[in-house]
Parts: sequence; C-alpha cells; structure tokens
Amino acid sequence: MNGASATVAVRCIVIAAALFVAAPLAGVLQRALSGNGEVWGHLVAFVLPVAIADTAMLLGGLAVVSGVVGVGTAFLVASFRFPGRSMLAWLLTLPLAFPAYIVAYVYVEVLGPFGPVQSALRALFGFRLASDYWFPNVRSIGGAIFVMGFVLFPYVYLAALVMFRSQNYALAESARVLGASPWRVARDIVLPLARPAIAAGVMLVLLEALNDIGASEYLGVQTLTLSVFVTWLNRGDLAGAAQVACTLLIVVAVFVWLERRGRGIGRNMRSFAGHSQQAGAHDGAVLHGWRSWGATLACAVPVALGFLIPFAYLAREAIVRSLRNGIDADLLRHAASTFIYASGAVSVTLALGFGASMAARLIVRGWARVCVSFAGLGYALPGTVLALGLLTPFALIDDLFNAVARAFGGRGVGLIVAGSGAAIVIALSIRFLAIATGLAEAGLARISADLDGAARIAGAGACTLIATIHLPLLRPALAAAALIVFVDSLKELSIALLLRPMNVETLSTYVYQFAARGIFEDAALAALLIVAIGIVPAMRTVRFARPVEEGRIGTE
Amino acid sequence: MLNSRAPVLATIVAAFAVAPAFAQGEVNVYTYREAKLIAPLFAAFTKTTGVKVNVVSASSGLEQRIVSEGANSPADVLLTVDIARVQDALNAGVTQPLKSDVLEKTIPAQYRDPAGNWFGVSMRARVVYASKDRVKQDAITYEDLADPKWKGKICIRSGQQIYNNALFAAFIAHHGEAKTENWLKGLKANLAQKPSGGDREVARDIAAGKCDIGLGNTYYWALMQNVEADRKPWAEATKVILPTFKDGGTHINVSAAALARHAPNKANAVKLMEWLAGEQAQQIYADMNFEYPLRAGVALNPTVASYGALKPDAMPLVKIMEFKKAASVLVDKVGFDN
Repeated sequence: MNGASATVAVRCIVIAAALFVAAPLAGVLQRALSGNGEVWGHLVAFVLPVAIADTAMLLGGLAVVSGVVGVGTAFLVASFRFPGRSMLAWLLTLPLAFPAYIVAYVYVEVLGPFGPVQSALRALFGFRLASDYWFPNVRSIGGAIFVMGFVLFPYVYLAALVMFRSQNYALAESARVLGASPWRVARDIVLPLARPAIAAGVMLVLLEALNDIGASEYLGVQTLTLSVFVTWLNRGDLAGAAQVACTLLIVVAVFVWLERRGRGIGRNMRSFAGHSQQAGAHDGAVLHGWRSWGATLACAVPVALGFLIPFAYLAREAIVRSLRNGIDADLLRHAASTFIYASGAVSVTLALGFGASMAARLIVRGWARVCVSFAGLGYALPGTVLALGLLTPFALIDDLFNAVARAFGGRGVGLIVAGSGAAIVIALSIRFLAIATGLAEAGLARISADLDGAARIAGAGACTLIATIHLPLLRPALAAAALIVFVDSLKELSIALLLRPMNVETLSTYVYQFAARGIFEDAALAALLIVAIGIVPAMRTVRFARPVEEGRIGTE
Repeated sequence: MLNSRAPVLATIVAAFAVAPAFAQGEVNVYTYREAKLIAPLFAAFTKTTGVKVNVVSASSGLEQRIVSEGANSPADVLLTVDIARVQDALNAGVTQPLKSDVLEKTIPAQYRDPAGNWFGVSMRARVVYASKDRVKQDAITYEDLADPKWKGKICIRSGQQIYNNALFAAFIAHHGEAKTENWLKGLKANLAQKPSGGDREVARDIAAGKCDIGLGNTYYWALMQNVEADRKPWAEATKVILPTFKDGGTHINVSAAALARHAPNKANAVKLMEWLAGEQAQQIYADMNFEYPLRAGVALNPTVASYGALKPDAMPLVKIMEFKKAASVLVDKVGFDN
C-alpha cells in the first residue's frame, strides 16, 4: 500500500467507527421528530411520570447498594488479611457471569410462595396460608434494587480494588504513624483517592441497569427503557417510543458527562497519589477473632446472594428437569446461533475498534481522537434504543438492495440486512465497540511514542509499524477485548429479541420466552449455559485488577 | 473432514440466511404463540401439504416488526393469540383482506372480521380460578368481582396485559366507561397484591393461600392439570368457574390468523389459513393447546369439557375492540397496576 492510499484508509476507518454509532442516534432522532405529538400528551400524563420516578428510585437504590457492597468488599480484600481472602477476591467477581434478568427469574421462584424460603417459614411457624404472614414481594422496586445490586456490584468492586491496591501505601502508613485510626485513614485518605474509580464503577452499574429490560419487566418496574419497549411494541407507537428514548438518552448523556468529568479529576488525584511501585509489598493488616470472621462473612454474603444461590438453584432445576423431560434438541442449535452472533460481534468490534484506535494514533490530530471516543459511546445506548434507531438505516440499505435487484429485472431480494443475522451482529458491535476501543487505547497508551518514532526513522511505513510493533504488543488487550465482547454478546437480550431473524433463537431469547410464559424453570439448562460460559471471563477480570505497572513499554 | 464441517456450515448459513422474500413450497409465519407450542401444528401441515413453515415467534411487537420491514417484509401469515394484536395489525396496515369460501363456511361469523382481514381459528375464555377449600360458590359474574366481600382476596396479572385489556374493553361495551371505571376501582380495592406475573401464578398464589380467587384463561389450568407436572398441585388446589356478565355470557377471545399485506407466498399462506380451520388442525388446537375449537363437530378436550357448558358472550369481538384503547386509559387512570 502506498502512502497516500494508506492515509485515506486510516482516515476512513476512524470515520467509519464514528458513523457506526452516529447512525442509530440519527435514526432515533428522526423517528422522534416524525411523531405528531398527539400521543406525547398521554405519555406525559401517564407514562413518563411513573417511568421517571421508577427509574430514579431504581438508579438511586442501585448506586447505594452497589457502592456500599462494592467498596466495602474491595476495601476489606485490599486492606486486611482474613480467612478465605484470596479465594473471595475472585469469587466476588462471579456475579458478573449472570445477566440480571436470569437472577430476577431465579429470585422470583426462590422467594415466591412455594419457594424454599416461604415454605420453610410456614413450616417453622405453623402458618397455613401465605396471607397469614407478611413477606416482601420480589416483584417491586426494592426487589429490582436487590437483584441488580447484587449482580452488578462487581463493577464497583473491581474499580475500587484496582485503586486500593495501587495506592501509595506510604501515605496511609504516614497517617497511621501520626496517630490516625484505621477508619480515619480510610475516610480521609483511601476513599477520597479512590473516589473517581468508584464513581466510574457505579456509572457502569447504572448504565447496565438502564440497558436492562428483562429484569425490570419481570419485576414490574416501569423504567424508561421498559417504557420505550412497551410504547413501541404494545401500544404500537414507534414515534412515541423514540420520544421516550430521547428522554432516556438525556439521562445517559448526563451520566457519561459526569463520568468523563470524574476521570479528569481522577488524573489529578493520581498524580497526588504518586507511584505505586511498592504496591504488592503491602499485604494488609491481619485481622483477629470475630473481626476476621466478620470480614469473611461480609465478603461471602454478596457472593452467595449474587452468585452461589442463583447458580445452585439453576443447576438443580437444570438437572432435575433434564432427567425428567430430557434435553431440548433445539438447544444445541440455539447455542450455535448465539455463538455465531457473538463471534461476529467480536470480529467486527476488534477490527473496527482496534483499527480506529491505531489509526487515531497515526493521525495524531484532535478530530481523530474525538471520533474514537465518540465511537465508545455506543456502550451507553440501551439495546432497545439501539434496535429502534437502527430500523431507519437498515430499511434504507435494504430498499437500496431491492431497488438494485429490481433494476436488473429480478424479484425483490428481501431483507438482506434487517432479515438476517447481520442486523444482530451490527447492533451488538455498536453496543460493545467501546470495550475494544477502550482496551486498545489503554494498550496503546502503554506503548511509548518513541518506539513509533524509532521505527519511522528506520524507514518503516504505517503498515509495518502496526504489523511488527503495535499488534504484537497489543495481543493481551486484544484477547481481553475478544473475551469480554463475546460474553456480553452472549448475555445480551434486548437486541437479540428485537432483531433476530426467522427460525432463530439465541440462548437469551430462548430463556426470555419461557420466562414470559411463566415457566422459566423449564429453560434452566439454557440459563445455566449462559452463566457457565460467562464465568470464564468474570474470573479473568480480577487479573486486570492487579496493580497497574506505571512503566511504559519501550522506555526502559 | 468435510462431513464433520457440514453441520457447522449449515448452522452458519441458517444464522445469516436472508429471510426469503419468495420461496417455492414455503410459507413465513409470524406468531405470538410460542414456537414450541405451535410446532406440532406446523409439522402436521408440512406433512399433509409438503409446504415448509418458517417461524418468527415473539411475545410482543410482531406487527411493528412487519411495519418496519415495509414492502420487503417476508411475512405471509400473522398468527395472534388474541383479538387485540390482530386489530393492532389491521390498524398498522400490515394485513390484507382475504375472500375464502372455506373459511367463511367453517368459522362462525362472530369470530371473524366481516371484511376478511382476520379469521379466528380457536377460542379461549377468561374465567375465574377459585380455591377449592375456601370458595364454596360455583357461579359468579364479572360484576361481582368488585363486591367488597372479596376485599384482599383477588389476584390478577397486569391490567394492561392483552387478556385483561380485552375483558375490560368488553366490560365497557356492556356497561359504558363510567360504570367500568367504578368497577375497576372496586376490583383494584379487592386485590390481595399488586398485579403481577401471569395466569399460572394466579393459580399458584391461590394454592399458597395468598388470595382466594383470580382471573385466568381456560387453557392454562388444563396445561397445569395435564402437562406441567410441577404445577399440577396448583391446578388441584383450584377449580375453574365460568363467570358471565350479568346481561350476557362468558368473555371469550380468539387466536386469529391474518394474511400479511405484502405476503410473498400468498398461495401457501391461504393454504395454511384454510388448513388451520380444518378438522385435523382444530383437533390439535383442542387437545394440545386446550382451546375451544371453532369448527363445528370437533370434540372438546375432556378437561376443558369438565369446566361445564360454555355460554360465550354474544358481544361481537369487533365491537369490543372499539374500546381497547379506552380500557387501557382507564387502567392508567385508576392506577390499577400501581
């Protein structure tokens, strides 16, 4: 490739990445503006007030639960030695293997009137009827906060753990020597330094909650996201749904802005915190007596609630039902489709995300960086909104294909994009592009610009530079991105539900359909399969939480 | 080597296969009935006619999907499990009228659209599940459900859910909006808990003693009793009462079939729709789905027959559908689901 065409190619890939995310946004806006405003009155009167109130309560509660659980467990794991600590350190990441909707289905059964808990209560206290005693209903906002909080807290746990572990212990030690109590050190030094990381973790939790439709629908929480779904599909009002989606996007935009702002503050805090070379050296204070077992219990309870209990329930149901009813022969086919879509999303996100990030590095101009960080915004778009926004672009492309086919005298060719798996793969790729660009940027940041310079002086062109230096050094980041995108695609529900082609189910839509008919347990095996595959990367993520080495590759 | 790869390739092709706009010997069905439940029906159709059936199944939004697919939509037939969805499809302009002597002769006039946009293929009733132990009476009216004597004793799923929406719309058709609003307030006041879950959970909650009576469709009870071993205790703890309107019969709803506006395989679509009204299909509806067949002379399933003689409400379905939106607004207005 000669220099000029390489430059064009490099620019194209950066712009393509940005357009990828811009297309559904434009689609949502176009649909919202196409409405006549007539239904808007009903939405404002009846739908939006409930949706906004429910969303606010859910997010507020989630921030508290995931924050307290995530920061608390990370602090214990990073600062103290107690029985089972090293095992709990990675067990605490396992809830990430669960999609929130599956945990919601499980707890409705476990805490339901014929579940083990209420049955035991009745046996223990001699109640005859469920109306003889009070028991909290999982199908409520409180239930949703409980379910999502204990599934999503590991985002906060991981972010806080990285910060706690990489903090400069000299600061904390000095404070201790000067007579500050451990709690004062935590309150005045450790927590403030970790605050930006904690905020980023909480933000991820909230964005995940905004993406969810499965759990909120099942638990009867009327979130904004669910209102988009219901307004579109049940009330048959696409424009109204797009208008609700725009309201939702404003909420998302505020979060993203807050998170970016927090990151800026984080940079300053980090320079204050100094280097962390001695990080691994400090292994935490030893806890004794009830304190040590208290710490073990405090870390074990979230693991039990967010992983062990739902996992054990699913495993039992899967085994019992498979033995009794046999295994659904179609399950293998659904697993294969799911696998293929997830692999497609991995290929596209890696090619586009890493391509764009590396291209932006070569271009070294502001606009390229802006394009890449814009491409990362797809992660903040709830799947339902994404699917809705893609209707218009997909229709345009399909109309074009059919017009061309007819111009050449053929029959219509049908829905090349919207009617095939391409639609799912594109939507998944847009949503998870941020994982690839994020990890690529982080990886590239650790490759010194001196290396690029040296290679260039030695006469290497852009292609040689990428092939011989960047790509080999980025391999761990590529592997990590592939793994995370794969599992997130596997768990994804709303995109698959809205865009899957004829004769196709994914594992997630399969489970959803059973739950929608009130017989979720019959799909326990499929749910277990999703979770089992998700465990692998969830366990690996804790490795990313090791203290970050500050040294850049190539500067030694 | 090649052989071992063949199934993998086949799966990849299937995952990315373009929805065929037109294919000899195929018909594309968009169905609200779950793919697994309807599979035996389609298998029988393919066996008889040699026409392959491609399926998209979903619990919501199929007509919106057809709208967004536009003129290139592969949809041939839309199968719904209620009257409201087919009305939505009609309103969205994704159906076309069909003139079929076979269907007009087989399906009684009150269970199909006079203009031919949709045809009922099977029927279910919205009835009362009641505790065997705690409820002695064997007859009830829908109006009675607002009687304060049931305070804290009724369970029901969401008021916006299509089956309840149709019942509430039928109530408006009988009594007008003002009376229905009062009735809904009374019913709401009698609920043991916030509306949630599905019809099976209504039976479960009655069995657990959370409430004494609740609303459900006829076939769920039969499914629990005959097919779903885990849920059989819920059916055994309850009985089915066929309620009526004071001035009418039992509220019924139909599963309906509609011909898609841009159906690329129209001939096969018509073949399927007419076959669904035939004896074999109607017997499958009766025995595998536990619905009331619409074709005269097809026997009821014994469990369904055990509910007693059904006296379907005479209110025309198209009339009920006129109040669908009003019913939805009333549910919002009285805060039924909150």
